[in-house]
Amino acid sequence: MTPAFIVALPFLGAILPALAIRFGRNACALATGAVSLLALILLIQAAPAVLRGEVVQARIDWLPALGLNATFFLDGLGLLFAGLILGIGLLIILYARFYLAKSDPMGQFFTYLLLFQGAMLGIVLSDNILLLLVFWELTSLSSFLLIGYWKHLPEGRQGARMALAVTGGGGLAMIAGMLILGNIAGSYDLTVILTQKEAIQASDWYLPALILILLGAFTKSAQFPFHFWLPHAMAAPTPVSAYLHSATMVKAGIFLMARMWPVLAGTPEWFWIVSTAGLVTMVMAAKIAFFKDDLKALLAFSTVSHLGLITMLLGFGTKAAATVAVFHIINHATFKAALFMTAGIVDHEAHTRDLRRLGGLRTLMPVTFGIALLASLSMAGIPPLNGFLSKELMLEEAAHTVWLTPWAMGLLATIGAGFSVAYSFRFLAHGFLGPVRDDYPHRPHDPGPGLWAAPALLAALVVAIGLAPMLTAAWLVDVAAGAVTGAPVAVKISHWHGLYAPALWMSLAAVGGGLALLGAYPRLRALWDGVPRPEAKPMFDAVVAGLARLARGGAEGLHDGGFGRAVVLAVLAIAAAGLWAFLGGTHAAGTRVGLPTDAVVVAVWAVMLVAALAVPILHRNRVVALILTGVTGLLIAPLFMLFSAPDLALTQLSVEVVTILLMLLALHFLPKETPVESPAWRRLRDAGVAVIAGLGVGGLAWAMLTREAAFAPISAFHLAQSKPGAGGTNAVNTIIVDFRGYDTFGEIIVLGIAALVIFALAEALLRSPAVTSRLAAWPRARESGDRHPMMLVVATRLLLPMAMMVGVYIYLRGHNLPGGGFVAGLVFAIAYLMQYMASGYDWTHARQRFDHHVLIGWGVLVSILAGVGAWAFGLPFLTSGFEYVNLWPLEEFELATAAIFDLGVFLCVLGAVLLALASLSRLALRTGEQINRRAYDTEETP
Amino acid sequence: MEALVASAIGILTAVGIYLTLRLRTFPVILGLTFLSYAVNLFLFASGRLAVNSAPILGRSETYSDPLPQALVLTAIVISFGMTAVMMMMAIGGHLQAGHDRIDLDARDETAGRGEGPEAGA
Repeated sequence: MTPAFIVALPFLGAILPALAIRFGRNACALATGAVSLLALILLIQAAPAVLRGEVVQARIDWLPALGLNATFFLDGLGLLFAGLILGIGLLIILYARFYLAKSDPMGQFFTYLLLFQGAMLGIVLSDNILLLLVFWELTSLSSFLLIGYWKHLPEGRQGARMALAVTGGGGLAMIAGMLILGNIAGSYDLTVILTQKEAIQASDWYLPALILILLGAFTKSAQFPFHFWLPHAMAAPTPVSAYLHSATMVKAGIFLMARMWPVLAGTPEWFWIVSTAGLVTMVMAAKIAFFKDDLKALLAFSTVSHLGLITMLLGFGTKAAATVAVFHIINHATFKAALFMTAGIVDHEAHTRDLRRLGGLRTLMPVTFGIALLASLSMAGIPPLNGFLSKELMLEEAAHTVWLTPWAMGLLATIGAGFSVAYSFRFLAHGFLGPVRDDYPHRPHDPGPGLWAAPALLAALVVAIGLAPMLTAAWLVDVAAGAVTGAPVAVKISHWHGLYAPALWMSLAAVGGGLALLGAYPRLRALWDGVPRPEAKPMFDAVVAGLARLARGGAEGLHDGGFGRAVVLAVLAIAAAGLWAFLGGTHAAGTRVGLPTDAVVVAVWAVMLVAALAVPILHRNRVVALILTGVTGLLIAPLFMLFSAPDLALTQLSVEVVTILLMLLALHFLPKETPVESPAWRRLRDAGVAVIAGLGVGGLAWAMLTREAAFAPISAFHLAQSKPGAGGTNAVNTIIVDFRGYDTFGEIIVLGIAALVIFALAEALLRSPAVTSRLAAWPRARESGDRHPMMLVVATRLLLPMAMMVGVYIYLRGHNLPGGGFVAGLVFAIAYLMQYMASGYDWTHARQRFDHHVLIGWGVLVSILAGVGAWAFGLPFLTSGFEYVNLWPLEEFELATAAIFDLGVFLCVLGAVLLALASLSRLALRTGEQINRRAYDTEETP
Repeated sequence: MEALVASAIGILTAVGIYLTLRLRTFPVILGLTFLSYAVNLFLFASGRLAVNSAPILGRSETYSDPLPQALVLTAIVISFGMTAVMMMMAIGGHLQAGHDRIDLDARDETAGRGEGPEAGA
């Protein structure tokens, strides 16, 4: 399980820095470092097995039927990348501890960093490509947070957005490509896909999949023409640039190309697309880097150029070239991360990164200069450093590759290498050499070892790999390249390839050319500045602005914020889709034999529809409209009754009563009339839309009712199991409290939340002075003489215990006969509401010994307990049990745990209904409603 | 009988849609109530119509489909919660804005910023 743990650790540990920051910045950095170190130790423990050629696997089945499993594996390539991510990660954590200012929120930074680290490890260790895609997008998101870390800088926010748009967009394309690939291979497991080379390359879908996957890789690794986001991402704090934009995230695209190399490479399409993109990127970015004044911009374009170099090598499609690519990945990570950190130190000390304002730092910052010297000479490819070794090998490969003509590739690679020499030397010469100046924004000197330790260690690696490549790096290159190419690799790295190796002469030409370029810099710079060139940022901004305009046009055309337009368009669109489907298919009239028409049903139907149809006509008088609505709703209850649904009839009846009471209360705070506002044409249009909707839904209902179900209803199971399985004869109730208890559990929670929302809304309204003053000046309604008529008060008090008896009876019989917790809760609620209505809110509330919130809480708690109780018997949540009990002199009766669950439902429904209505009543108290202290009105009460 | 139920569902839907297209909160909420009636009836009807066959075991020869009934039962109760929440929102809107129009025009939007609950608290 090691690979899974390695990936999980940074995610689990991400909370630590956020907590540890309370104990200071050192504790925060230590906590972060401990997480990375632990993951690194796990990796090192697994390393010997990988070096022996084994593949360490971990598998957690999630949705095997869909091919969604969390599978991880660690092979040579994964080992190389995970080592880079964790090793350089540790150095970055050390560096960032001393780099970030006191005012920067460090806990946040390290949390983001660990999230990114976890996502990155997920990419390189995932065996399942769908999982890989998830981690891929996670790196885009976490890098967005890191790039935009300095939220006060507009460049930071814009850079973060651009990076997210480009890499996220590429990631979307890659998802499509990966799905195609998985489809061809018949599996989403990389280990299986990697064995399907013939099938994949013979497929008609090979080219689309290739292009889509390369889009993801090219955007992530900033390959031409998607290279422009990386320099803008340099607005990030330097530790982020060093970590994400040189060593890890930008290499994710490279990693993917290396990972897919065994199945995708080797075709002419692969060769042309990948090696051309790499070559163009390498040469073009190297040229731009030469003319950049900002240290980080120079390094950013240099990174783009080196990524192009690696991409080009992978594009060649030969094993030798892929091996060189792997070697260069290691070398580039070491010297470039060191250089970024050096640039950060310069920025930190001199308060500028502008080469035009620097120079002469050699004597002021000798340690920093030493590190920069080694790393940039390696970047330039000067022997004996490690950059030289991989560049020689690259030139050798390029010299033997035929691209358009036998010599074009070699020539262009040499030109790229020449520019690389030129910008490396410019970095040194304009930054560190020359006379000491007296106009630095801040007098620089070497920082403490906390800042330079990390880059110094990397510089030491640069030298070590350079001097003894076979000892320090070859073994890692062997296993990683072996994993890329799928065949054992035993690389020979040496400094001297003989006088007849073309690489020697190309290298010499590059160094000479580079020095010549640097010598001619002032004149070349004038030429560069004089010639207009396309700028990526304005183009990108224009494209984004255009897309945003298009989206806004579409969205606002469909939905202008007006509710009516949205409803009209939705109804018309749904009706059109339904009509289109209806006309497109063949269908016969329904053959189901209908029920004979019943006089009672016709009568109910007629009254209900008269009431319903009167509402649109009379709706301006809101009280009338409300009464008519209530009539319609109440008449649905007998329909349910007649069509064999007694439970529904009971529920509909009681809910309708409560709803109408609620609306009557609410109407107190709303105008009693609806004015005529819409013109006649609009009312006509609305009527038309309404008729279309009615015809559609009615037609659908007719079609459904005149046909049998396409499949046998699953409720045959519920009917058969109701008695033996759940111990009840009321199948509807057993479904609610037993078979689908989980649904009901969710529903009572929703109901409880709705009531709490209502309470919170009322609370917020009562806190607003504008609302309370408006309420205080509320126009008093015409009062009838009796506010609390004695007859009503007496009657409701007599009714209360009887209503409760009925409620208890309904609750108890629910399992076997129509009834249950829902209806019982509503009956109780109505009995209480009658007290409120008759005796007033205050009188009733003062005599009520429980809180509505508490009722809801108890309801949820009791139903949870009923569910958890099943665990005691080793059964899953909400499994019910029942037993028949004989207790003299009673008849045999049944005790079921479902009844406890139903009690929870009952309490929740009662609490929710009472809380909703009580919240409305509390508003009424503010309108100057008088509080009755006595039981009912007497002569003294005004 | 099927025609009666189907036509009732259609008419309830039409009334509901017409009312939701009004410009004030109260009729819109009434409209949604009508739509709830229609939807609940529709769902119930998906179990097909039957008389004298309530799904109480041992009380009749045949049983109607209990599953849509169970689903509709909870739907009825939930729709009460939904109506209540919307009513409260409508009241809040009316108390804060001084009118109960559902679509804000530009004037309301600027005025609303000044005397929202945040500004008052």
